[in-house]
Amino acid sequence: MEKAADIAPGDISSLPEEPLVIIKPSASWAALRLGDLWLYRELLYFLTWRDVKVRYKQTVLGASWAILQPLMTMLIFTFLFGGLAGIKSDGIPYPIFAYAGLLIWTFFANAVTNSANSIVGNATLITKIYFPRMIIPGAAVGAGLVDMAVAFLLLIALMVYYRVPPSLTSLMILPLVALSSLLALGVGMWLSALNVKYRDVRYAVPFLIQLWMFASPVIYPASWLPAKWRWVLVLNPLTGILENFRVAVFGGSFSWRALAVSTTITLLVLVGSAYSFRRMEKTFADIV
Amino acid sequence: MRPIIKAEHISKQYQVGARDTAYGTIREALVGAARAPLKIFRQNGAARGKTIWALRDVSFEVNPGEVVGIIGRNGTGKSTLLKILSRITEPTEGRIELFGRVGSLLEVGTGFHPELSGRENIFLNGSILGMTRKEIASKFDEIVAFAEIEKFIDTPVKRYSSGMYVRLAFAVAAHLEPEILLVDEVLAVGDIEFQRKCLGKMEEVAGRGRTVIFVSHNMAAIQRLCNRCILLRDGAIVANSNVQAAIKEYLASGLDQPGERVWSNQAEAPGDQVVRLKAVRARNAEMKIASRFGVSDDWYLEVEFWVLVPGFSINVNVYLYDESGTLMFVMGDFQDDRWQNKPRTPGLHCSRCKIPRDLLNEGSIRVLVALVSPPGTLRALERDVVYFEIQDDLSTTGARGFYPGQWPGGAVRPAIHWEFEHRDS
Repeated sequence: MEKAADIAPGDISSLPEEPLVIIKPSASWAALRLGDLWLYRELLYFLTWRDVKVRYKQTVLGASWAILQPLMTMLIFTFLFGGLAGIKSDGIPYPIFAYAGLLIWTFFANAVTNSANSIVGNATLITKIYFPRMIIPGAAVGAGLVDMAVAFLLLIALMVYYRVPPSLTSLMILPLVALSSLLALGVGMWLSALNVKYRDVRYAVPFLIQLWMFASPVIYPASWLPAKWRWVLVLNPLTGILENFRVAVFGGSFSWRALAVSTTITLLVLVGSAYSFRRMEKTFADIV
Repeated sequence: MRPIIKAEHISKQYQVGARDTAYGTIREALVGAARAPLKIFRQNGAARGKTIWALRDVSFEVNPGEVVGIIGRNGTGKSTLLKILSRITEPTEGRIELFGRVGSLLEVGTGFHPELSGRENIFLNGSILGMTRKEIASKFDEIVAFAEIEKFIDTPVKRYSSGMYVRLAFAVAAHLEPEILLVDEVLAVGDIEFQRKCLGKMEEVAGRGRTVIFVSHNMAAIQRLCNRCILLRDGAIVANSNVQAAIKEYLASGLDQPGERVWSNQAEAPGDQVVRLKAVRARNAEMKIASRFGVSDDWYLEVEFWVLVPGFSINVNVYLYDESGTLMFVMGDFQDDRWQNKPRTPGLHCSRCKIPRDLLNEGSIRVLVALVSPPGTLRALERDVVYFEIQDDLSTTGARGFYPGQWPGGAVRPAIHWEFEHRDS
């Protein structure tokens, strides 16, 4: 019996001069390795696609859940706030006002929750194969985007129903959605790394999300809040996103200052979270 | 030749009990921080000191096109080494340079999702293993054909039989084409027919000049695929040489395991007022105490006992059991007429028998020893006195001949004499 390696010697002509990969203990603050992320972009796509495909398997209603979630919440809040509390929604019919806010909010809340649990949920991948770990929370956020796109269809239907004409400002929808994704990624990624070591995160996240919702102008306009509470909204990066998203959908003038604040905070959160994720990432395989 | 893998002084330290502490909650961390000054003087100091080195100062090089096997007993750092090479975990010390794309196969079907169809899982798993979408698409038909699951390609894999699942998972992995392939014991799954097919595929991969690092307990597979072998013991390399030598060293490494049982205190040894057991031990062909033998090794089993009073005939009976507790055979020194029905003189006696090569099949063996005075007085009986292991040493002189694959089983593996006849038509 001939041994495999006797048949053909290795082709060494193509061996590169410099090593492709150097493995060594990394410094406590590791580089982000964005190039690696780019190399694995297809994996991000496939994991997102998997999350989307699997999410509504064995459900009767399937992807309609993506619409039903914000719709149900909208109906509840329309009854409670639009009807009972009589919130002034900046001249826009309350149901569509709330739905627009809930569209962004539902995406954000699901993206943060799912990505926070993503690393622990994919422990078998983490311990068996290498790829940039950031892809996992990234895919959770990506899957949320697909849901939002579905839910967006109802927003369009509501706009037709309430005769809200689209305007040029809708061009801002995409950048705003992108900004909210980055914020969700920043928060979710950091929580996901923390969750590996402290499983408390899983239980704390729902409260965090609930609190955050009421501290954001989702179901009420920022103008509704009493002046002494405004500082909460100013510091909340979602304020600029939500308020401007509604301007983008319904028309009006953008609040650039709020948007600048949101963008700055989002980027700070994202960068800080990415570095701290890389720092914690080293021990994932050992402790997850 | 320039190496494609250059590993220098790799060490990996694990915190013992890290699993428990890492699972700790924020509350514990907060309380721990608050109590920090006290804790230093309490258990924490001890807990922190408990670290183990899974790997210690491991250096080696692998040339392009080489197929290197890594062997060693469980817990000697083989898997840790693969995990470091595949970048799943970081080394604590040392440095590795890789001059090629690495694909690792530490498990069959990593990332398979039960709800997704075979087709979907091929794409998902392929991309997790590092293939591009184009690559997967171009190999798709080949993968499906290799796995023999054409009919079920659009069925969710949760409805697959375990055999189909493994075949599909391996088929994807087998079509991976990195310059360096790291494989961990994945051939230990699936039916024998498919294992053979996988080995064939691996051979093909290796034949194409791919560099392969292969961790396995299957000496037959190591022997067949590898042209060099690294033997690890306690996290360090003890042999880095040709396959035969490393396997031999590995089999001999049983020498440090107790292949004997000794009762130094006569009063507490099994037996009665006439006779007491002193020791039971297994020895290899060089008469060294051992607990691990090759299928083709001659070895010895000896029973030492004190005879305390004169006038009694004493027979040594030895029972050999396999892993499942099945009695394989019984032997006794009464077979030989030197002490047959003759009274033993007081003092230390030793009965030693030679177990011939090519008799036992691979597996672990338990030994029961009994001392009996005929016609039927049981004077000492001890179960599970010693354990030893018979290992497949791939000798070509035994039953195996030149057959390189996995041996199908059987209680014994005798070398049988064959006669041949042949007639034309």
